[in-house]
Amino acid sequence: MDTKTLALLTLLFPLIGFIVNGLGSKKLPKSLISLIAVLMPLASFVGTILLFNAFNAQKEVKPLVLAYYDWIAVPGILVSFSLYIDQLTLLMLSFVTGVGTLIHLYSVGYMKEDEGYGKFMAYLNLFMFAMLMLVMGGNYLMMFIGWEGVGLCSFLLIGFWNKNRAYNAAAQKAFVMNRIGDLGLILGVIMIFILWNTSEYKDLQLAVDLSKNTYKVDSWQLVVVTLLLFIGAMGKSAQIPLYTWLPDAMAGPTPVSALIHAATMVTAGIYMVVRSNFLFSLAPTTLTIVLVIAIATALLAASIGIFQNDIKKVLAYSTVSQLGYMFMALGVAAYTSGMFHVVTHAFFKALLFLGAGSVIHALHHEQDIRNMGGLRKYMPITFITFAVGTLAISGIPPFAGFFSKDEILMNLYARNPILWGLALFGSAMTAFYMFRLFFLVFLGDFRGTDEQKHHLHESLLTMTLPLIILAVLSVGGGLLNIPEIFAKGGDKMAQFLAPIYETAKKLNPDLFKPHKISHSTEYALMGVSVAVALISIILAYVVFVAKKAVPKAETEQKGLAKVLARKYYVDELYDAIFVKPIEKFSKFLGDIFEIAIDFFVEGTGQLVKFLGGAFRKLQTGNVGVYVFAIVLGAVIWIAFNWLKSL
Amino acid sequence: MTALWLILVPLIASIIVFFIRSEQAKKVALVFSLLELALGLWIAYKFEAFAGMQFENKLLWIPSAGIAFHLGIDGLSIIPIILTVFLVPFIILSAFGNTYEKPNVFYGLILLMQASLIGVFTAQSAFAYYLFWEGALIPIYFIAALWGGANRIRVTFKFFIYTVFGSLLMLIAFVYMYMQTPGNHSDEASILALLQFDKTTQNVLFWGLFIAFAIKMPIFPFHTWQPDTYSESPAPATMLLSGIMLKMAIYSLYRWLLPILPAGTFNNAFLVTMLGIIGVVYGAIIAIKQDDMKRILAYSSFSHVGLMSIGLFTFQYVGMQGSMIQMLAHGINIVGLFFVVDIIQRRTGFRNLSDLAGLTQKAPVLTVFFAILLLGSVGLPLTNGFVGEFLLISGLIRAYWAEPTFALIFGAIAGLTLIFGAVYMIRMFQGAMFGEPNANASQMKDVTFTEALTLTPLCIMVILMGVYPNLFLKMSEPAVRDLLQSAMEKIR
Repeated sequence: MDTKTLALLTLLFPLIGFIVNGLGSKKLPKSLISLIAVLMPLASFVGTILLFNAFNAQKEVKPLVLAYYDWIAVPGILVSFSLYIDQLTLLMLSFVTGVGTLIHLYSVGYMKEDEGYGKFMAYLNLFMFAMLMLVMGGNYLMMFIGWEGVGLCSFLLIGFWNKNRAYNAAAQKAFVMNRIGDLGLILGVIMIFILWNTSEYKDLQLAVDLSKNTYKVDSWQLVVVTLLLFIGAMGKSAQIPLYTWLPDAMAGPTPVSALIHAATMVTAGIYMVVRSNFLFSLAPTTLTIVLVIAIATALLAASIGIFQNDIKKVLAYSTVSQLGYMFMALGVAAYTSGMFHVVTHAFFKALLFLGAGSVIHALHHEQDIRNMGGLRKYMPITFITFAVGTLAISGIPPFAGFFSKDEILMNLYARNPILWGLALFGSAMTAFYMFRLFFLVFLGDFRGTDEQKHHLHESLLTMTLPLIILAVLSVGGGLLNIPEIFAKGGDKMAQFLAPIYETAKKLNPDLFKPHKISHSTEYALMGVSVAVALISIILAYVVFVAKKAVPKAETEQKGLAKVLARKYYVDELYDAIFVKPIEKFSKFLGDIFEIAIDFFVEGTGQLVKFLGGAFRKLQTGNVGVYVFAIVLGAVIWIAFNWLKSL
Repeated sequence: MTALWLILVPLIASIIVFFIRSEQAKKVALVFSLLELALGLWIAYKFEAFAGMQFENKLLWIPSAGIAFHLGIDGLSIIPIILTVFLVPFIILSAFGNTYEKPNVFYGLILLMQASLIGVFTAQSAFAYYLFWEGALIPIYFIAALWGGANRIRVTFKFFIYTVFGSLLMLIAFVYMYMQTPGNHSDEASILALLQFDKTTQNVLFWGLFIAFAIKMPIFPFHTWQPDTYSESPAPATMLLSGIMLKMAIYSLYRWLLPILPAGTFNNAFLVTMLGIIGVVYGAIIAIKQDDMKRILAYSSFSHVGLMSIGLFTFQYVGMQGSMIQMLAHGINIVGLFFVVDIIQRRTGFRNLSDLAGLTQKAPVLTVFFAILLLGSVGLPLTNGFVGEFLLISGLIRAYWAEPTFALIFGAIAGLTLIFGAVYMIRMFQGAMFGEPNANASQMKDVTFTEALTLTPLCIMVILMGVYPNLFLKMSEPAVRDLLQSAMEKIR
């Protein structure tokens, strides 16, 4: 099979799954639905491996551009339906299909009892298709297909239990906030077309190279284009100010949170920026803005995470915060570090969410960590795997998160130690709130009802198997990119991804100068960050295990804690400055302004009617009046002519 | 095979149907509309994008005065013709679930309407065009006035007077232009396009024609007849109005405005663009808080048309092609959506969101159709709505790119349709279909076979046009290219 067909099949397998399961969701037996739903992403995973081989088998390793047909062809805008396979695509593909398959498998167990099982699995497949389109698309509009497609699936799955109006509201919020970002992205794409006449990644890199004297580094064109693209990333990857949809998105079933709202979709923004590195690298101003927003988001979300009591909300805010870390890396042009964290985060955050799902499942939809505790005894596999995930996200060596986060911290330090300090503060909070969660759920005594306690059980194999695999990956994921001080040539991912930065390196070499941090400093920084994490963990242990403190309800908090528990009142703020005024304006326009315009329209009609009525009165039928009018007219006419002749 | 047949088939059919005084009338009407669809598809198949005017008929009407009856199809006509022949059978089929009194008159009028619409889209001489333009108003007026809701008389009368007022200005403009033609005079579009008017005359004539089109589209602030008329008319009339009739006006910009009055169009482009952009945002914002689903769709249509109307005034291929494809897409989506609302209203007796909830429990298949049409309407990529909106916003930004800041601000404001569109469409969808089912929802039933037969082709088109828009873009491209080139030459 040639690569072109292979790539297309890899993309289309999940779509086939969606169509079959979507049409047969009520008719097909559950076992068949499960089989199709899991096999399709698995087939894409296999396809990815084959693509890897085909890619490496090239005589000269270069990106594969596979064009299928002209999608939109108008003079000035030619968009072909094309796929683009390079190192970045392959990296994204492998963890998206890999983690995706595991989560499909998990869902088989988790959603088995749900009446909408077939529909759910079909939606998951559709999501996989959209996500593959996003990473495989050969131009910005192909990416945009996937970009909006994953947004649609996110909408469908957040509001999956659609009888609940609150869930529907969360789904709508997610879709609309994403659309705000999407508008920015599409404007950016339109501008790319105007400036360079193409949006095919391959041609665009050449065009940007050719126009290097017209659009110089940090010229307004490049800054505006990249800022518009970044607005798209803000929406999809939940950065300030467009992050508030993600915590609400936890209304969806937990596998959805793991797949879409942690491991894959929300990292699309990072992927897009890395994909556009040859534009962002030429706009250092934009990178600085990215950096500032990323740090603010990471710290804001982490601080909110400390006071949340819903197990999924804690994880959601941690996702927002971790996405902030990834953008920090991009902000200092350490794209590979950002991608590295995307991958390890996919492992450990999917693990944490699935672990949380296992707990929620065992407790019959209990999500409040104040009603949990002591689950270690009842759910040993969930306990151990969750511990691995927690250690990984807290940055404890040798777990995966340690390596990826440390790389980001190192790059920040190289730029400016203050940045490093802020990021370190964030990771201290991360370790604290994650262990607060972990201790409250798994250690101590069970605080739920006797009824719940009676039913406590470890989850089925379809659910625990993905946990185990993800736990292994969360331990070993760091091996993908080991820092040089530990193993010479261990930075495999950096070597692998190096070719995708060639254009950027050529056009703005200053940005890619290797930093000069001595090995001793590097060891010291690592030591400090590990020590800070350990102190946070000990602190959490003292408070929540030794002292057995149980957090207060969000509504009972006081002072600063109240502000944090209420998420800085950002939702309320948005409601007051955007939602309410627009609704009021809508009412005003619909109820008052429309009538005012119509008044003029009707008024014209009334005027005609009035004049008609008035002139009708002239026709009195009285001959005397007519004669008088004729004479008067004649006199006026004569007088007029006489005056004119003067 | 010529354009005349496309008019004659529905015209003869309507006469036949008028005489069938039983429920059989609707079936006969359907058969004829399907025959018309077959003819239309045949023409679309035979159509050659680069061959200019095709399938022509040149009949003499009043030879002594140089008034011809010239019909023909080119790249500008083909898209709205496809739209018309495609939609009418499904509009007829969608009415099968309701019983209308005097079905012979009802279905006869729909076919008469189709004949007039095709006439508008094929006429190449001004007075024939005017005849069809006014001719289209009569059947739709009677359908709305005889089978409409409680306020139908007042509302349809306003609609009628308002549009006739516009048409009158258009007629005066046409007569004036006709009088300027040399020799024995001529009302051929191609001859009128050779006339050279000074700037003031162009401007006056521009407004004479444009107000007629602006009322019909409608464009802000000429739209106040529209929400009332849409909500008071019976569903098939609303579909004809929103799906096809408003495209008469958009199409006419391409056929009668730009070729004959290029400078007038160019000079007023900024003003019209502003009105269009205001309409986009204005309609969308009002749609957000409407309770009546038909009014939501009416305002959504108004908002979309605002963007479509901008297309030609961008003087960019991109924008003009965008508006061409968007005509087709919008017609399909809005007809489908009005049908969905009609189905809901038939079953439950309600169409206000405050009365509805949880319909999906009883109607999962309808939910899927609704969702697909909704996605088309909000312009999700790989559905038909995306291509047009993307091209239109691109065209708008390109048109003002000399001032990039303004261009991007205009683009962003017009692009608000992406955001607000999602807000009101999702609100409508979730409001009616989702939530805990209430008492009204117990009446709900899923789509019948006939209804599915209507909605399926519409939904297939939503996807097909999204996946392979080039199929349609190719048809109009050469014509749009010629039109723009010759217009730009004349302006210089």
